[in-house]
Amino acid sequence: MKITGKVWKFGDNINTDLILPMKIYFLTPQEQTRYVFEANRPGWADEVEAGDIIIGGRNFGMGSSRPAARSLKNLGIGCLLADSINGLFYRNCVNWGFPALEIPGVDAAFDEGDTAEISFDDFGVRNVTTGAHLDGIAMPDQLLKIFKAGGIYPLLEAQGLIAPPA
Amino acid sequence: MGMTIIEKILARASGAAKVSPGDLVSVRVDTVVMFDNNFLPNIWREILKLDDPKKLVVVFDHRVPASDIPSAISHQNGRRFVEKFSIERFHDVGPKQGICHVLVADHAYALPGTVLVCSDSHTCSAGAFNCAARGVGAPDIMYAATKGETWYRVGETVRYQLEGALSPAVSMKDVFLHIAETYGEHTNTNVEYGGPALSNLSINARRTLATMSAELSAEFATFEADEVLLDYVRARNPAPFEAQAPDADAKYADVRTIKLDEMEPLVALPDTVLNNSRPVAEVAGERIDQAFIGSCANGTLDDLTVAAKVVAGRRVSPKVRLIVTPGSQTIYREAVSKGIIATLIEAGAVITNPTCGACSGGHLGVLGPNETCITASTRNFKGRMGDPSARIFMASPATVAASALKGAIADPSEFLR
Repeated sequence: MKITGKVWKFGDNINTDLILPMKIYFLTPQEQTRYVFEANRPGWADEVEAGDIIIGGRNFGMGSSRPAARSLKNLGIGCLLADSINGLFYRNCVNWGFPALEIPGVDAAFDEGDTAEISFDDFGVRNVTTGAHLDGIAMPDQLLKIFKAGGIYPLLEAQGLIAPPA
Repeated sequence: MGMTIIEKILARASGAAKVSPGDLVSVRVDTVVMFDNNFLPNIWREILKLDDPKKLVVVFDHRVPASDIPSAISHQNGRRFVEKFSIERFHDVGPKQGICHVLVADHAYALPGTVLVCSDSHTCSAGAFNCAARGVGAPDIMYAATKGETWYRVGETVRYQLEGALSPAVSMKDVFLHIAETYGEHTNTNVEYGGPALSNLSINARRTLATMSAELSAEFATFEADEVLLDYVRARNPAPFEAQAPDADAKYADVRTIKLDEMEPLVALPDTVLNNSRPVAEVAGERIDQAFIGSCANGTLDDLTVAAKVVAGRRVSPKVRLIVTPGSQTIYREAVSKGIIATLIEAGAVITNPTCGACSGGHLGVLGPNETCITASTRNFKGRMGDPSARIFMASPATVAASALKGAIADPSEFLR
């Protein structure tokens, strides 16, 4: 599985309240996407295009367990790359079937607007613009399976443990 | 090479002799805590089969009593779920109401050496109970409730060795701010707390530090178990358990000593607690509109007691709203019977019912544009408590109470000698 897209950069310590603020907590998942990064980058959710890539620095996604990864997925983001990803946020990427990789050094290796090519076969990323290549931290098979199933809900639904969406 | 506390609990729960950093483990789950957000229409999926209803605890806490229609619907969904599976440990709006992590402590639902999951990020609060507890996602809760298991990536562990005792105007909130200021984020790393100072720290004080560890971006935060903890748990929960101690040759990424005697009141500046705190003297005089004491981190009886001590016989500045939210009805009742609530009200504080409330910007103290708040709660992210232009400083309950009196950020030391 390969993902290619244009890079947007966000720096260190991006938190979940910036991705999914409380004031829109009750909207539908699709409506929530319009408010992604509204507080720190107003207008961005309208500018970004399907398939674009987010690159963070250290500690991306710190904060709440709210389904912020679902908002990034529903916004059409192709993949999240970061030097490190908060453990809870990483879980939620797997949970919602949103592609995310920890790649130490990725923040420094890209400028905004570069093109990134990510492989979920060897968990590496290439900066198509500069030619640089970095190795990411592999996603364990067990998690890759959940991720490829589209997340936990489709898995549990297929096993008859939860009901389909109401 | 031996194991840290969290490695031992996860090894036991996964049936492995040993786990090490880098492993991915599947573990059986002992306790599953669900709360109102799990039942919101935009995330809830009806559960058809449960692994074991006795493992479940259901709590309504984020917006109770319901502050809006979606919250009311989440409560209805939750009540139907509780009835369908005859779940006994249920905390609806009423006499057993409270914030889930506070109730987990009040009732010792978190047993030492066991695994507890909840999809609130401050679940690490139960780490004070020598329990492997951390925030997971809402879908993880569905998985754990229906299958009885979950997965964890095992990270390295940093050990914090606590020594000495706190002075009267300093609390574990200040110790947390010191750790966040000095060492910054701990992404993908566990933290372990222990050392000779434990015997000087109440369960409430330990819980403040364990809860706030989510803000270090840490994985698990786990305290050593001592006799104080074991007695506390045995008095509240008859279930058997086996506490886990670190091996003498446990491997840590780092061991850091914190001398509690050397701690001082700190204040985190707005937007983050990471590398962002100052001694209170450096921000004293900053005018505030609201002062908040509450949340799973600072709604304990200890927190209410110290706030009352600061404001006793004094008046909150007429320009400030001091909002105090006890963590549970149990705490609220105790605070009433000890006269703490009367003292706070007489000083001009507003007491709200137990709920997450202002901490997550849901209700009961939402901030307007350009307002300034000092809070003893869990987070000061931009926009967390209301409008994104509001500034949120974070400090201990004592510092928040002292600031409410002065109408500006203030050192609590003069009130707590």
